[in-house]
Amino acid sequence: MNSRLVNWFRYASPASFFPLAGRLAVWFAVAAALLAGVGLWLGLVVAPSDAQQGDAYRIIFIHVPAAWMSMFVYLVMAAWCAMSLTFNARLSAMMAQALAPTGALFTVIALWTGALWGRPAWGTYWAWDARMTSELILLFLYLGYMALRQAIDDPRRADRASAVLALVGVVNVPIIYFSVQWWNTLHQGASVSLTAAPRMATIMLTAMLLMAFAAWFYAIAVTMVRVRAIILERERRTAWAGAFAGAAQ
Amino acid sequence: MTDAALQPASDGGAWPGVAWALRRDLRLALRSKAELGVQLLFYTIIVTLFPLGIGADPALLHALASGVLWVAALLASLLSLPRLFAVDFADGTLEQIALSPYPLPALISGKILAHWLTTGAPLALLSPLLALQFGLQGLELAVLALGLLLGTPTLSLLGAVGAALTLGLRAGGALLALLILPLYVPILIFGAGAVEAMRAGLGAGAELSLLAAALLAAGVGAPLAAAAAVRIALD
Amino acid sequence: MSLGDFFAMGGYGFYVWGAYAVTAALIAVEIVAVRARYRAAARLAAQPGDAAR
Repeated sequence: MNSRLVNWFRYASPASFFPLAGRLAVWFAVAAALLAGVGLWLGLVVAPSDAQQGDAYRIIFIHVPAAWMSMFVYLVMAAWCAMSLTFNARLSAMMAQALAPTGALFTVIALWTGALWGRPAWGTYWAWDARMTSELILLFLYLGYMALRQAIDDPRRADRASAVLALVGVVNVPIIYFSVQWWNTLHQGASVSLTAAPRMATIMLTAMLLMAFAAWFYAIAVTMVRVRAIILERERRTAWAGAFAGAAQ
Repeated sequence: MTDAALQPASDGGAWPGVAWALRRDLRLALRSKAELGVQLLFYTIIVTLFPLGIGADPALLHALASGVLWVAALLASLLSLPRLFAVDFADGTLEQIALSPYPLPALISGKILAHWLTTGAPLALLSPLLALQFGLQGLELAVLALGLLLGTPTLSLLGAVGAALTLGLRAGGALLALLILPLYVPILIFGAGAVEAMRAGLGAGAELSLLAAALLAAGVGAPLAAAAAVRIALD
Repeated sequence: MSLGDFFAMGGYGFYVWGAYAVTAALIAVEIVAVRARYRAAARLAAQPGDAAR
């Protein structure tokens, strides 16, 4: 067999992925902390005030990365779901299972910070604009996925059912976003102009990008720890899991 | 309950499968006419609750009409969805159906069509009557009914996927609602939006076309997804 | 910018720090929760369990 092919699938089993996940968790956690440190320094201390929004705009350094990550994690989760159905692979399903709570958390952060930015920037905590409304619906999609998993006792049925749900969801996300945009442009009557993101000086962009990468690496780190927990939970009756946990006690 | 028609007469094939499932489910549904009436009654009651809650100011009701009538349709659709698979699942018939030579997506399409004919279609036809209570008139009523006729099949199609995913689960109805309602949002937006466009004097062509497009897409995709979900539940 | 200015955030301190503080809290909760889940799973796996070995 081609040795490159063998290498690729080497980590496809929970048992062999488990130690790799542990190492990845540490590396990405450190990287996330460093990037966040620099990003926050640039964003909160070095970057100047905005002409229109004063210092309130500084919320974007968490709001925008959180919103990006909430969508990105859903895509990655759906990709793992597709793989789990195609290859009937347990580990792929476990990765999707591990990603969902983090994705949901980013959605909550995006909504919360968006509301707190909305008040000073355009006068109201919640303006039913297209992006925030779509973000809220994305939260429902995450929670639905997690609720379905929780409701099914058999892990393999839960894997497959929630995978189908996630794929149906991912196909619908652009449709939902488009329809909410449509709805918003029709009903924008009395309220507010929501194109109020400040013109970005380079340093603001840099800070935002650093925070985006920090969020991404943080998500990887947390997901790696969570998938290790899930692997141990689901594989606990195997010899390697017992040996590992026994030695670790 | 024996069902002699469980053994298909022919060898399988998509359209005969649709017809077979449609005939069977319609026959079963029409045996309990009371159940069908209950769903229409549910729709009517929900619609009636809104003015009771918000007040009977005609201008306000006229403005809210499209949203209320559509949201109530969504909720009424949710109420009737478990019926699609649950009864067959409980007595083992669903497994037999899945084993038959007809393609499962075709059979499910037939079931969904029967479901729509007994829930969504009557609801759509009833809606103009209820809309009169909200002050909608003339073409607005037509757009409402047409939109519901185009939209409720999509609700049944998407709902079938949710019903199949949640087969036999304790959480049942509430979980189904959580899973399906986000997917219903575009239908709601375009359906209610069509009536609003008519009220504003613009045409409803765009919204109705989008509803038709959604129906076509769901008509192809949902039976496949639902079939996959049924097999997952049966394993 | 002085420390006082930093906390005041040009008068928007409530919003900026409200956002950052809740975010930090949520992240802290996630980290604590996931590590607790891992430890619980490890403990579960260490038990002899059924005779399937």
